Amino acid sequence: MVQGITGREGSFHTEQMQALGTNVVAGTSPGKGGTTHLGVPVFNTVADAVMATGANASGIFVPPPFAPDAIMEAAAAGISLIVCITEGIPIQDMIRVKDFLRGYPSARLLGANCPGLITPGVAKIGIIPQRITMSGPVGLVSRSGTLTYEVGSALSASGLGQSTIVGIGGDPVLGLTFRDVIELFERDRATTHLVVIGEIGGSDEEHAAELLGRGSRLKTVAFISGRTAPEGKRMGHAGAIISGNRGTAKSKEEAFRQAGVAVAETTDEIVGLLR
Amino acid sequence: MKLLEYQAKEVLSSLGIPIPPGVVARTPAEAVAGFEKLGPVAVKAQVPVGGRGKAGGIKLAKTADEARKAAEQIIGMDIKGFKVPLVYCEAALEIEREIYVGFTVDRDARANILLLSAKGGIDIEQVAEESPESIARLYPNPWRGPMDFELTQLVYDAGLGELARPLSAIIENLYRAIPELDALTAEINPLVVTKKGEVIAGDAKLEVDENAAWRHKDLEERYGGVVEGDPYEVEAKKRGLTYVSLDGEIGIIGNGAGLCMSTLDLVQRAGGRAANFCDIGGGAKAEVVENALAVILMNPRVKGVLMNVFGGITRGDEVAKGLVHARDNLKMKLPLVVRLSGTREEEGRKILKQNGIEPGANAWEAAQKIVELATMETPTPAAARPDLPAEEVTLEHPS
Repeated sequence: MVQGITGREGSFHTEQMQALGTNVVAGTSPGKGGTTHLGVPVFNTVADAVMATGANASGIFVPPPFAPDAIMEAAAAGISLIVCITEGIPIQDMIRVKDFLRGYPSARLLGANCPGLITPGVAKIGIIPQRITMSGPVGLVSRSGTLTYEVGSALSASGLGQSTIVGIGGDPVLGLTFRDVIELFERDRATTHLVVIGEIGGSDEEHAAELLGRGSRLKTVAFISGRTAPEGKRMGHAGAIISGNRGTAKSKEEAFRQAGVAVAETTDEIVGLLR
Repeated sequence: MKLLEYQAKEVLSSLGIPIPPGVVARTPAEAVAGFEKLGPVAVKAQVPVGGRGKAGGIKLAKTADEARKAAEQIIGMDIKGFKVPLVYCEAALEIEREIYVGFTVDRDARANILLLSAKGGIDIEQVAEESPESIARLYPNPWRGPMDFELTQLVYDAGLGELARPLSAIIENLYRAIPELDALTAEINPLVVTKKGEVIAGDAKLEVDENAAWRHKDLEERYGGVVEGDPYEVEAKKRGLTYVSLDGEIGIIGNGAGLCMSTLDLVQRAGGRAANFCDIGGGAKAEVVENALAVILMNPRVKGVLMNVFGGITRGDEVAKGLVHARDNLKMKLPLVVRLSGTREEEGRKILKQNGIEPGANAWEAAQKIVELATMETPTPAAARPDLPAEEVTLEHPS
C-alpha cells in the first residue's frame, strides 16, 4: 500500500511501482476514503486499508510534519515492512518513532529519507528507477539515493544483475542499518555477491565491516563516498566523546579492508572488483 | 542552526539555567560600557565554531582600557573562516571547579545521550579517550524525558553526589531544549561551581535541527543572520539550497548528498578541485537548478561547472529545462559539462540536445572533461563567445 497515494510524488511513484508489477492493493489519504486512485482503493487510515485488503508493506510519501505519525500508524496497523521516502523529518521525531517501534518488533522500517527497495523484474517500494536495474545475483545496499542508481546502472551495463537493491537512507537516525540488511542478504539464496555503498558520518559502515569480518558467503565490495569532503566545523565536544575517530572515510575503508572486503576507490572500480 | 554563545545562554536562561550577567558588544565602546556595568569581564568572540580560546578569541579585562583593547582586537578577527561580528562581555567567575554536562544524538543508538563528568573544561575529549568511565551517560526515554531517579543515578555515577540537587535541576532544564526547541546538541562546558558554591553555566553551545525550523520560526528570526559567514553560503541559504563553499575552481551541482560527495571525489581524482558542494536534492525543480547555477557563478574563482544528476524522484526533463533556462538567463560563458540520467532521462536529454547541450552518462569522464576544460590556460571557444551554447561533451556509456 501507499500512504499519501493522492499526492504528487505518491501518485507518480505509485504508477511507476505498478508498471513494474508491484501489487499495490491500497492507498491512504485522510478524507478521501472510499474513492479510487490509479485503480487502487483509497482509505482514510492504514488500519482500514489493512483490514480491507490485507496489505503487509507500505511506502510512505507524505510531507515531513506528517511522516513520523504515518510510520507509527503503519506499525500499529500491523504493517511489517514500512518504507519511508520522506526527506527532512526532524531528528527528534525519528528518535521518538524508533522508540515507538520497539513495541512492534515484527515491523521493519526502511529510511526515512531513502529511495526504498527494488527486486528487479518483481516489485519495488519507493523510487528506485527500474530502468537501471537487471535481475541477477548481486545484493546492493546503500546509504545514498542517487549513488545507488549510479552503481546499479553500472552493474546492469556490465551484465551484473541485482537480486535486490536496498537504500537505507542518509539520515542520522534510521530504521534498518547496513548490518540488518546484510544479515538479510546472507539468508537470501538469490544473492551471492554484495555491494555496500557507504558515506562519511556515523559508524554503521564500521559495524557492517565487523559483521562481514566474522565470515560471509557473499563476495563483497565496499565503496565510501566523501573522502575529499572537508571536516565539518565542530562546535562542541559531545559528538567526539561518543564517537571518537570513527565516521571518516578513512576509518570506514580501513574497517572494510581489515574485514577482508575489497574497497573500491571510485564507483567505476566496483564492477571490476566484484567479478 | 548553531547558536552563538550569548544566544545559547539566553535560551538556557529561559529554560531556568543560571548564567553569569553579560553584555553583547558590537563596538569597543560597548565593551567599555559592559565593563562599567559588570566589573572585570571575559571578552569573548562570538563564532559558531569551537577552539576560539586557542585562536585568541577570549581575553580577560580587568580595566576599562583592557576591555576596549580586547574588543578592538577580537571584533572582526577571523576564527576558522568566521569573521567575528561581536563580542560577549561576561562577568568573570571565581572558579572552584569545572563540570561537563551536555547531550547529543548518538547515531548508533538512535537516541539522545546525556553526558556528565566531574572532569569538565577544555580537556574533556582527552578525558573521554583516557578515562571514559569518568563520563557518566544516560539515554532518556524520548517520549517522557529523564526521570528524577535516573538523573540522581547519573549524578552519583559521575561522582558528583554532593551536588545532586542543583545538578539534577540543571540537567532536567537543559534536556527541555529537546522537546521545546528540537535541539540536537547542547553543551555546558564548563559548568562552573564558584567559590561561593553557585552552579552556573560558564560556556554554552546549542545546535537546533534545521529540519524542524517550521516548528520554531521564532528561533531563526531571533538568532539567525548575526554571523557573516561565507557570502556564497549566505546567498545559497537565502535561496533555500544545500550548499557548502570549498576552495577549488570547479563548480559542482549534484542531486543527493552521496552522489554530490562522490562527484567531488571524482573531480579531485581527475586533478581538479571543487569550488563547492551543492546538493539540489530530490524533486529538484527548474528554479532550484537555476538558483544553484546562479550562486555558483557568483564566485569568480569558478572556471567551469560540472552538473551530475542521476534521478529517482528527480525528473530529468525538469532538470534539463531548468538548466537550459538558467544558462540562457545567466548568460553563462564558462564551460559546462552535464551528466544527466534517471527518471524521464530521455525527455531530459532531448531538451538538452535541442538546446545545444550534449548530455553525458558517465560521471568519471564528465569529471575529467570539466577539469580539462576548466584548467585550460586559454579560454575555450565557447567560453570566449557568449553567443555560442555551453561547452558540449559527448560521453560513451561504459560497457
